[in-house]
Amino acid sequence: MADRPDADREAGANKPALRLHVPEPKFRPGDAVDFSHVPISEPGKQPRPDEACDARETEGLCYDLIRVLGDDDRAHGPWDPKLDPDTLRTMLGHFALVRAFDERMFRGQRQGKTSFYMKCTGEEATSVSAAMALASDDMVFPSYRQQGVLIARGYDLVEMINQIYSNKGDKLKGRQLPIMYSSREHSFFSISGNLATQTPQAVGWAMASAIKGDSRIAATWVGEGSTAEGDFHSACTFATVYNAPVILNVINNQWAISSFSGFAGSERTTFAARALGYGLAGLRVDGNDALAVYATQRWAANRARANAGPTLIEYFTYRAEGHSTSDDPSGYRSAQEREEWPLGDPVMRLKNHLIALGEWDEDRQAEMDRETAERVKAATKEAEKNGILGHGMHQPFRTMFEDVFEELPWNLKEQAEQATRERLIKFNGGRPQ
Amino acid sequence: MSTEVQDIQAAGDGAERRLNMIEAINDALDIMLERDPDVIVMGEDVGYFGGVFRCTAGLQQKYGKTRVFDTPISECGIIGVAVGMGAYGLRPVPEIQFADYIYPGLDQLVSEAARLRYRSATEYIAPMTVRSPFGGGIFGGQTHSQSPEALFTHVSGLKTVIPSTPYDAKGLLISCIEDNDPVIFFEPKRIYNGPFSGFYDKPAEPWKRHPQSAVPEGYYKIPLGKARTVSEGEALTVLAYGTMVHVAESVCREKGVDAEILDLRTLVPLDIEAIEESVKKTGRCLIVHEATRTSGFGAELSALVTERCFYHLEAPVERVTGFDTPYPHSLEWAYFPGPIRIGEAIDKLLSE
Repeated sequence: MADRPDADREAGANKPALRLHVPEPKFRPGDAVDFSHVPISEPGKQPRPDEACDARETEGLCYDLIRVLGDDDRAHGPWDPKLDPDTLRTMLGHFALVRAFDERMFRGQRQGKTSFYMKCTGEEATSVSAAMALASDDMVFPSYRQQGVLIARGYDLVEMINQIYSNKGDKLKGRQLPIMYSSREHSFFSISGNLATQTPQAVGWAMASAIKGDSRIAATWVGEGSTAEGDFHSACTFATVYNAPVILNVINNQWAISSFSGFAGSERTTFAARALGYGLAGLRVDGNDALAVYATQRWAANRARANAGPTLIEYFTYRAEGHSTSDDPSGYRSAQEREEWPLGDPVMRLKNHLIALGEWDEDRQAEMDRETAERVKAATKEAEKNGILGHGMHQPFRTMFEDVFEELPWNLKEQAEQATRERLIKFNGGRPQ
Repeated sequence: MSTEVQDIQAAGDGAERRLNMIEAINDALDIMLERDPDVIVMGEDVGYFGGVFRCTAGLQQKYGKTRVFDTPISECGIIGVAVGMGAYGLRPVPEIQFADYIYPGLDQLVSEAARLRYRSATEYIAPMTVRSPFGGGIFGGQTHSQSPEALFTHVSGLKTVIPSTPYDAKGLLISCIEDNDPVIFFEPKRIYNGPFSGFYDKPAEPWKRHPQSAVPEGYYKIPLGKARTVSEGEALTVLAYGTMVHVAESVCREKGVDAEILDLRTLVPLDIEAIEESVKKTGRCLIVHEATRTSGFGAELSALVTERCFYHLEAPVERVTGFDTPYPHSLEWAYFPGPIRIGEAIDKLLSE
């Protein structure tokens, strides 16, 4: 123990001993799961303030849970976005495609076609429904589990798989970890592996848009675990100071690899309530309720577009799968959690809603699932023509040195020449193996 | 010095003023804000007040609050926001009030700004010029005196630029702002108001009486990656930048040494040709910087010179640097790599 300044006094005499609190999740592997401690609000009961309201009017919504879809599979209350059946079917189609894509890519990783993959199972609504509520040219600064944004924006599946395989069709030249997409054409910012760095960047983009009198807004996604990063707090400060037209989405999927949300502070307050101290509007939303996600994202987008201010939205959801293909969640959480999650599955809930509306049925669902699986399979085969990771080096060596700077400086020129010389020696007369 | 005057004459428009480095930087920002509506100046206190060193004085009044504005005290935020602005298509010029404060923004510089072009295969770029006063000699203590330039030269994708005269400060800063890569522009604050001989007990000479402070009116650029020959000589080559250019020049003059002094101006990209040519001519090389010694940029320069000029060297490469301690407030002048340390190194080099 470090020396006490008054060394003669007995440690802690007549004073209670201080104790360090280390958060512990409620369930560990083997435990029976009971989520009754999670307050689940009644759908339709949350008020919907005016989009241009004072941020303080959202205080109650930072602790409640905005929900639209009820147990009766019907939409309820003022947050019902009243989407037409075609839009709902399109959304369900995107859900199915994301899920099929995840399934296939996960298998591809297990088959050794790539090094890494991250599924978003159970969180599809937080990206697909949110993206559908934005304009297609609003700029998104995603984290690593927003493949649904690209799918909703119609990004080519073959391009996505080329990136995952780092093959010769990968327009990122094999430089990025699989799933770290970038598509300027789809207003989708390049993904970083350093967490929360994109949050101030999104605010900066939104500020730039405001400086130039543009009409486009920015949205960013960050996991609840990464809200502990300084970048997130810088982003909140800048967003509120400059009233930036930005939406800060926090995906509270309960787990940051093996650390439960308590390590990001969830035992004391909600993530939506972070908004209050900054003077941001805050909403806490059932992230497995596609309609609630759409409605709240649209509310925040309208607010930003009208120069009424930024919004922080916590999407309360559950990471049904492991963190990535490199993670084994059975090592740290109860296997029962996924089935017991009280907010259900976003795909099933939307499907059941459409069926309840008389706009869908199980046969059409089965047909859609089959078609989607076929589409992903065909895209995979097409992408595999460009190669898979580990089967040869698909990018010319010179590309390793390109784009560090706009122009190649002398040291990189020298190193490129060295790499070329080595290639001739190491790789069988210069041919990749 | 003579090359300076020639450069100015070559600029051709005739008009020139004697400015100190602060005024020259202000002039460069003024010109770029005028020329390019996408240029944005931001940072702590840079707006209404015009910056704690007055480098941005009058700019907000002239260009408005959305072009020149104050920011929260958040270096991570300032640089992160600048990355997003760059991705949008602006050319932000963020100021970090002292280089010592740049560390909270380091991740945004190192992992984001520096690599954005590469990782997105040019889909997105982060054109930004981070201006920051650096170096000691003003009794700033350990938190207002550091020289962290070597950190940035180690990062692929960042450019590091350090002027040593008002003329260079203006021309280099304009080049940086127009550059499509992220640049760290370190301003040697010890020589903001005048060149510094390193003799701390002698009064500083104001720039107004110095030929290198003659700054042409209007727009001109000094290309990045081109060193400046401060003086031509045969006895040894001195590689320096920022404040240390003036200290080295003064020592060589006082000692009557026929030195060839190169002001590197930009550490990345580095003018390797000028370095090689000079060292091969003189056969001796002295490297001077104010930053701490171990793993300082002098180590890189020394390695380059040894790799490329070894058979031309008459003596081992010498480094004169700050010590491997934090910058001590009361012992600032004991830390500073001044005339005694440089003089001894020159004697040693010439005696080999």
